[in-house]
Amino acid sequence: MIKRKKKEWLIVTFHTTAAAFQMENTAKNIGLTGRLIPVPREISAGCGLAWRDEKDKQEEIKKCLENIEYEKIVLLTI
Amino acid sequence: MIYLDNAATSFPKPSFVKQAVIDAMDNIGSDGRGAHEMTLRASRIVYSTRQNIAKLFNADAMRVCFTLNATMALNTAILGLINANDHVITSVQEHNSVLRPLYKTGADLTFLPIDEKGNVKIDMLGGSLKANTKAVILSHVSNVTGNVIDIKKVGQFCKEHNLYFIVDAAQSAGVFDIDMKEMNISVLCFTGHKGLLGVQGTGGLCVAENVDINPLVVGGSGVHSFSKTHPDEYPTRLEAGTLNAHGLAGLNASVKWLNENGLASLREKETSLARLFYNELCNLPQIKIYGDVLAENHGAIVSINIADEDAGIVSDALYEDFGICTRAGAHCAPLIHKAFGTENQGMVRFSFSHQNTEREVIKTIQAIKQLVAE
Repeated sequence: MIKRKKKEWLIVTFHTTAAAFQMENTAKNIGLTGRLIPVPREISAGCGLAWRDEKDKQEEIKKCLENIEYEKIVLLTI
Repeated sequence: MIYLDNAATSFPKPSFVKQAVIDAMDNIGSDGRGAHEMTLRASRIVYSTRQNIAKLFNADAMRVCFTLNATMALNTAILGLINANDHVITSVQEHNSVLRPLYKTGADLTFLPIDEKGNVKIDMLGGSLKANTKAVILSHVSNVTGNVIDIKKVGQFCKEHNLYFIVDAAQSAGVFDIDMKEMNISVLCFTGHKGLLGVQGTGGLCVAENVDINPLVVGGSGVHSFSKTHPDEYPTRLEAGTLNAHGLAGLNASVKWLNENGLASLREKETSLARLFYNELCNLPQIKIYGDVLAENHGAIVSINIADEDAGIVSDALYEDFGICTRAGAHCAPLIHKAFGTENQGMVRFSFSHQNTEREVIKTIQAIKQLVAE
């Protein structure tokens, strides 16, 4: 284990890298402060990108995802 | 030097394209393979290119898939959609990048013929239909004659008969306006380094909704590493391995510029040069010109022959004696040469761009006149 402070985050995963960047673009446009991170192993083994944001941003995130093909949204402490 | 080989690749590349490629080499990592800033920058460029391409062709950005060139895009579309028991309607003006993948499928093929001016007889589409017809595959602009096919009309036909419509836009992307939705195009295959003004090694295919292409290449996708199959979702579905993000940075810059500038003024400039060339040549003795150059829509390509002289000899003389770059031979389109009876002679192809000048065209005409007089 590395020494890093954990926190509960809202995590969104995608089927493609392109969809992750569709998310980044949309999120930036509405002023969200989250960012793309490597997919945490608790969600999916392998590789890929996920959107990490504050857990109270659920509504804004769902609005962002209206026209984006995403895999799932989960709350995760990482 | 006078460069009249723009149908092979556009030259010179705009300075903003060169700068975008250099900037990318200075600043980016690999697309979609991590979450640090270097890799994110690469993915942002790739994503932005999808958006700009989608805007240019009225396509869905998430279904813009990048390949190395139009040939790879056409192979992907044809081999991923057509089976041996299908029937496909295509034409004699097609390039080998359409013909060879089609032959490889083993499908039953109907070739629409051309008229004496080289125009594909699209009015024969209806009579070519069979119970198992699956697709119509045509090049928008012939790389030999520059003739343009009315793809909106063909798209309407495909819609009425529930056929896939695959368009080879190698010569038309960045020159003629293409609207995938309005023209009912199922798959639009393009290259980045001709009319789109980008660098070689870029191209792609835009795929319409409900068109499920079986991938030609599978492998690294940046997602779902433990799955034994490549992801089904577009655009990753048709993209395996690291993309040419440096090249795409250049393509992004040029397509953005084309979107802002519009295609009409560029097209009018190159068309007027092709017409000037044609009008000066058409009355000269011994000159044979192929194609419908004065048609309302025509790509800036004029192919000619001088009497029975080998096209390669003429092209070489133009280069060696006058510094004029043209393309000789069969231009990878064997069936159109059979139709024109030029299999042995070939043709000398002059392909203009908006970057050429009237002065260059006039010098070229004078060179040809000199060759004929000799």
